[in-house]
Order: sequence, then C-alpha cells, then structure tokens
Amino acid sequence: MNKPKLVMVGNGMAGVRTLEELLKLMPDFYDITVFGAEPHPNYNRILLSPVLSGEQTLKEIMLNEVEWYAENGITLHMGKEVTEIDRVKRVVRTSDGTEAPYDRLLLATGSNPFILPVPGKDLDGVVTFRDIRDVNLMIEASQKYKKAVVIGGGLLGLEAANGLMARGMDVSVVHLGEWLLDRQLDRTAAKLLQQSLEDRGIAFHLQKQTAALLDNGTGRVAGLRFADGEEIPGDLVVMAVGIRPNAELAEKSGLYCNRGVVVNDTMQTYDPRVYAVGECVSHRGVAYGLVAPLFDMAKVAANHLAHYGIGRYVPAATSTKLKVTGIDLFSAGDFMGDDGTEAITLSDPMGGLYKKLVLKDNKLVGACLYGDTADGAWYFRLIREGKSVAEMRDVLMLGEGGQGDVGHAGQSKVVGMPDDAEVCGCNGVCKGTIVKAIQEKGLFTVDEIKKHTKAASSCGSCTGLVEQILINCVGGAADVKPKSEKPVCGCTEHTHGGVRKVIREQHLTSLRQVMDFLEWRTPDGCATCRPAINYYLISTWPGEAKDDPQSRFINERVHANIQKDGTYSVIPRMWGGVTNASELRRIADVADRYAIPMVKVTGGQRIDLLGVKKEDLPKVWADLDMPSGHAYGKSLRTVKTCVGSEFCRFGTQDSTQMGIDLEKDLTGMWSPAKVKLAVSGCPRNCAESGIKDVGIIGVDSGWELYIGGNGGIKTEVAQFLAKVKTREEVLELSGAFLQLYREEAFYLERTVHYLHRVGLDFIKAQVVDNLENRKALYERLRFALSFEKDPWTERVKEGVARHEFEPLTV
Amino acid sequence: MNWKTVCTINDIPKQGARVLKREGQDDIAIFRAEDDYVFALVDRCPHKGGPLSQGIISGHTVACPLHNWVVDLKTGEACAPDVGCTGHIPVRVEDGQVSLDLK
Repeated sequence: MNKPKLVMVGNGMAGVRTLEELLKLMPDFYDITVFGAEPHPNYNRILLSPVLSGEQTLKEIMLNEVEWYAENGITLHMGKEVTEIDRVKRVVRTSDGTEAPYDRLLLATGSNPFILPVPGKDLDGVVTFRDIRDVNLMIEASQKYKKAVVIGGGLLGLEAANGLMARGMDVSVVHLGEWLLDRQLDRTAAKLLQQSLEDRGIAFHLQKQTAALLDNGTGRVAGLRFADGEEIPGDLVVMAVGIRPNAELAEKSGLYCNRGVVVNDTMQTYDPRVYAVGECVSHRGVAYGLVAPLFDMAKVAANHLAHYGIGRYVPAATSTKLKVTGIDLFSAGDFMGDDGTEAITLSDPMGGLYKKLVLKDNKLVGACLYGDTADGAWYFRLIREGKSVAEMRDVLMLGEGGQGDVGHAGQSKVVGMPDDAEVCGCNGVCKGTIVKAIQEKGLFTVDEIKKHTKAASSCGSCTGLVEQILINCVGGAADVKPKSEKPVCGCTEHTHGGVRKVIREQHLTSLRQVMDFLEWRTPDGCATCRPAINYYLISTWPGEAKDDPQSRFINERVHANIQKDGTYSVIPRMWGGVTNASELRRIADVADRYAIPMVKVTGGQRIDLLGVKKEDLPKVWADLDMPSGHAYGKSLRTVKTCVGSEFCRFGTQDSTQMGIDLEKDLTGMWSPAKVKLAVSGCPRNCAESGIKDVGIIGVDSGWELYIGGNGGIKTEVAQFLAKVKTREEVLELSGAFLQLYREEAFYLERTVHYLHRVGLDFIKAQVVDNLENRKALYERLRFALSFEKDPWTERVKEGVARHEFEPLTV
Repeated sequence: MNWKTVCTINDIPKQGARVLKREGQDDIAIFRAEDDYVFALVDRCPHKGGPLSQGIISGHTVACPLHNWVVDLKTGEACAPDVGCTGHIPVRVEDGQVSLDLK
C-alpha cells in the first residue's frame, strides 16, 4: 500500500519535535522525507552557548543521531537546501536538483539572524550566532585573535560574549537599548547583571548605534564606528541583534507571508496541504524565538498531521533564563508591568539579589528574578495557572519555601549543590546523574527525567529540585507545566480535568466508553491512566459505574498492602483507635496461627500484621472478624483521636466518640488520594489535628475544623475552615468538604495540593457560606457510601475474587 | 517439551493473572491480556524481584506493583529506558485449556 508522503523542509528542533510527536501518534502513517540545509542531524540549538564557552561538546548536544532517522524509516537529506516548492505538482526541489513529491508539506525553516545593513557587514571576521558553523568560526577566531565585539545585548549576545571571554578573548558588548536584556529584564535587574558581567571583564557600550564596520586593509574587520563617531577596535564582530523568520522559500512559492509564514491555530498555512512550525511562522501576528512555544506548535501540527484534529495552538506565558554559568537570572510572563498592574519587589543590590513579581487582579502575571532563581519554576507555574494569589500575597516573595522538606538534607536550591549531592532520597539519584541524563538524552520534561533516572518517581518530594535542575540545564525549553495542564499519561492528550468533565457531561460509565470517546491512543490504557479513570467513574456515577478491579493497584484489588517480598500487611479497623481485650486476643491468636513475623502499632492508632502470605489473607480476615481498616487505599484511612473529656482532666469535648462517629460516617469512602482525619479534645491537640486532611479540635464552645494538613513528605499545617457547635455539623461539614474534594480533585492529588490549587476562599464559599450546597454535597457523599460494603466480609463470606487468593498447581 | 495443562482461560480474568506455584522453583505468573492472548513469565521483576502477577496489565505489558517497571509479557524484557529481563515460558491455548511448556 502506498503511504501518503510527508516532506519536511528544515531539520531543526521544532520540525523534528513535530515528527517525534507524530511518530508517537501514528508511527507508520507517512513516508517521511527530511531536508536540512546544515550538514548535521537535529541538535539542541539552545545549547550552542555552552559549546562556545567550552562547557559542552557538539556531540553532547546532538538530539537525534543519523541512526534515529533510519530507525524510523525517515529519508534524510543533510546539507541540501530546498530552493523551490511546486505547489501545483506538489513537489519540492533542492539546489542540486533532488526532488521529493509530497502529500503534506511541513515547513520548519527556522529563522535567520538579522544582519545590520551597515558598510563592512561582509568583511571577514563578521559572524552571526545561529548554528554550528558560526560556533566553529568563533572558536577558530578566538585562537588567533584577541579582541571581540558583540553587537546586541540580548540573551544570545550576552551568551556569545560570555563564551568568547571563556575562550580567552577581550570582549565588548554594544547595545542600542538603555539596558541589557531589555526584553527579558527590567532596568534594576539589568544593572545588577551588567555589574556582575563587568566584574568578569566584559566591557559595555550602551545606547550606541553601530554606523560602520572598519576594514583593516586586507578585507578583515578591524573595529566599529558608532553613529556618534567614536571607534572601538575588534578582530571578531558577532552580530546578535535579533532573528527574522526565514519565510523566503514560502514567500517564493506563493504562500501568504507577513513577517513569517502565516499560519492559523492548527499550524496550517494558506495552502491546506502545507503546515509550518517553529521560528519561521507568524501566528496571529507574532513570531516566536523561544523553544517552549515551538514545542507546543509541534504538538498541534503533529496532531493534525495524524488526522486527530483536536489540537489548537494557544500561546502561553513563556520564561527565559540566561545560560551563563554562575549568573542566575530568570524572567517569565509580563515582568515589566504597566498601568494596570502592581509590583512587589525585593532589592538588595549589595547582596546581588533582585526579585520582582508583577500582579494583576490578584493574579501573578510576571516574574523577574536575579541572583536567586530557585523559585522560578514555582512562579512560572503560578503564572500559567492564573489563579488568585490574594491569600499568599504577603508571603509570595518568600517563594515556595523548603521545596523538599525531607530526604535531601533540607536543600531547596540546586545551583550551589555539588554534582554528588543526593537529590532524590528515595532512589538515591544525585544531581550529576540528572544533569548527565538531561544532556545526553536530550530531556525536556520532569516526566522524562523520572523515566530515565528514577529521580522524583517515588514520593515526589524532590520534584521541585528536579524542575530547577531541568531549568538550569535547558532554560526556557523546560516543560514545567502544572498538573492541570498536563495530559493524564502518554495514552492521551487530555488532562485530568478534561477527562472528569467528559465523564460528567457525557454521562460515561465505563472505561471503555471513556477511552473510545476520547480516542485513547492505546487499546486499554496503562497503569497510570486506568486507576485514574476508574476513580473518576465510580466517584462521578456511584451505583452506576462498575468498579474495575483490574484497573486498581494491587493493594486496592486485594484489600491488603503489598510488601517488598510479595507478602501483605493486614490492618483491621479500630474505630477511633479504641480496641478491647477480645479484639486483642483474636489478633494475638491470628498472629500465632499464621506465623505472622511482625505485629506493629501504626501511627494511625491501629495494629498492623506484617508478612501475611497472600493465600492466607481470607483466613486471617475471617479469624480476625474485624472490618477492613482500608490502610491500603486511596480512601479514608483512619481517624486518630486523643482521650478527650471522658478521662482527660484537660479535655473540653469527647474527642474519642467524635472520632468514632466520623470514622463510621466515612468508612468505605474512595478518594483521589488517601485521607486521614484526627480529632483532639482541646487545643493541646494531642491527636495532631494540624497535620491531617481534616483535623478537628474541640474547644469549650464547640469544634474547630481545619483542612489540608499533611504530615508526610512535606509538613503542611492545616488551614482553618470553620467553627461549628454540634456533632451533626462536624459530620456534615467534614463530609461536604471531602465530597467536594472527591468530585473535583485530580487522581493522586492530596487535599493540601487541591487546596493550594483552588484556594481556601473557594472551598469556604462552597461548604461554609453556602449551606444548601453543603447539604447537597453531604447527601451525595451519603448516596455514594450507601453502595459500599466491607470488602473483607465480601471476600470471606461471599467468595468475591476468589481467584486472587488461590494459586494454581501443576 | 513438557506441556502441562494448568487451568482454563476463564480461570484468569481479562487484564488479570494467576500464579502457578511449583515446589522448590520460582512461581510462574500467567497473564491474560484484554485481547485474550495468554502469556507466562517467571513471577519475578528484573528490578527488585517484585511479583509481576500482582501488577496492572495493559496491552501486552505489565507494570510491576513494587516500583512500576513495565515488562513486556511476550519477551519478559523491561521496557525502555529500564533494562532487564525475566524468563518467559511458552504457552498454548487449545479449546480454552491453558498449557505451559515446563521443561
């Protein structure tokens, strides 16, 4: 069968990324041919700066070796420039006469450096900074000559200046603007940067217009003359004054261009067979030069080339980072601000520290950081999420703070970390290992880093650190989207929020329906998406959607907790942490009878039997004759209590009974992640209510409710929700909040993260202020729980899932 | 060749697995994919020995319950970027009877 032919003109990052996305979606759909003008396969253009400075080699920045093209059946023409597109015959031609017919054409011709139209621009020793050839020319020149002048004080210009200085040259930077990086920094931050670069030995000529380049008499450049007549010497002149979309070929072939190849939201040009991505395009009047938007375009183009037809390119806020070792600088979004915005600034010029946060309507819209960029990723996420930061306004400047509380020696900044410092305490992954993987494998997302290094793949507490490392390595190309913007997994483009919405609006009640409706790419999903969808189904349509045990993690499938040796742990429920002699006697007997190697008291005031063989589970449950403690599930775990007014001389309320009532009210509740409660009988808070998903503290006049606490990976203090008087109100308000969380949180999102995402005000409006809604939520929770039975009893008495516990024999 | 019938295909749930216990030898995990293909692997993840039979099965792969390594059901090879392999056992399904070649 003849496959349709896809020809790509341009072999750079945006184009090849489009092919990679396309191959992910439709591996064998097209016959693909690629033309690249450069004599190299696809490399990471962003990393040319470290190559120039000698910190990396060309080999290290290759993204796709020639073998990659071959393995994917792509015909690659390197060093061939396409000079003609015949749109009538649908064929492209190169300067050496090579032809390739196409059914779909993808233009990814990138951009050209802008050359100042001044006398002497064609002299020897005048170069641009765009590709490998330019870098090699600069490195060569640095070995023969002494004085370099860089025209342009933007990102590229400063990186070139830094690189040439590292190669031993005397470098001056000429800049037309009032301050350096005037598209990335405000004046104050730019002054700090200039000072720091001057300390390193770079000279600056600001607000200077270049009038001519001077000839040394042999056709080589000797220096510059400015418009004011001043002259400076230079044996190498680097023009880094900006880029222009390279739309020449498109224009010549009659495609509509206007400072770039004009494309619509689906990356199509005016000829529907022709797509364009990357720096060569003009989308809604804007051309992009940063890599993150180019990757977004690649996704959209690939989606349409694969005939999926659902993506639209929507420009998102971008961030930039200067890749000069030892200088920390980060900006994102609208960092300049205007009349409609307000700014919070922190300025410590002596300490070399400057931070500016720009807010509009209580939302963070821009950030400019100099000297300490540890929180760059966090600010960037807040900008992209676009939610209100009103509540944290007073502490916003302090940053996310203590990213990674435990397991990495309290480190919250990666810049100063040595390569052998442990970043991921769960899997023992050091900073150097992560940096190496990013560079060698060409990684751009935290998920890729997780896969390749295992860092941040267990408890996730070091995700912030890993993000920082990623941003330090690849700058603005780092894909650090919030969970609300990320696809659920590699099986789909859809986000968690998107999947939930469709399940609710389309009344979908089975995994099959969801996967069919949303055109899942894999036949039956994966271990990441199936448990999530299963949860969304049963929480949205209780009683209607059928729970799918095969889409549950083993612990929830067999109602026990798997251990490293394949045995299980069993934790029976002890309501409110209260037990009695008869239960303890049965537990002791079970431990003896089944030779259970360890009996341990848990942090949740229960007893754990560890090392139970799987086939013994039903017998253990039967002999215990106690309900499941759900200590294995994304569900209600336990309600911890203190002694309370029954015995304690300080107790103001009967916290133990309240704990028992709550636990009985909520048992069997599945949730996005585990849920823990505590009830204390007085403000001494012996049950540690301040670090629970729902924490309740009895006071003389009633009960205070706190939500979103967490005592695990990162200690988070619960926030005050409301104070109520009666037991019934405690049950209703706790239940209503948990139901809201059940209906709205993403799978595996703890209450603390949900709270951070939607804000306390939102939750208060839903469950404290709106009494009708509180009641309705609580009723929906009661309805959902009405279908739940004790899973251990079901297995012991009704023989549910017997096949799980009966091994086969020959 | 030493073909032994161990169960019927209906003894294994779709996207599920059963464990075959053998005296003095590693357990064998017998998987049934959603498309009713049946596979058998040594029930030991190449990573840290986790029981693959307890994992979530999707397509022709299983995700180990301990650390989420994904293993190809046909070959026993860990999927990239992880590297490792567990043994696979030939399977035959005839008239709904599942047999393994237990050498």
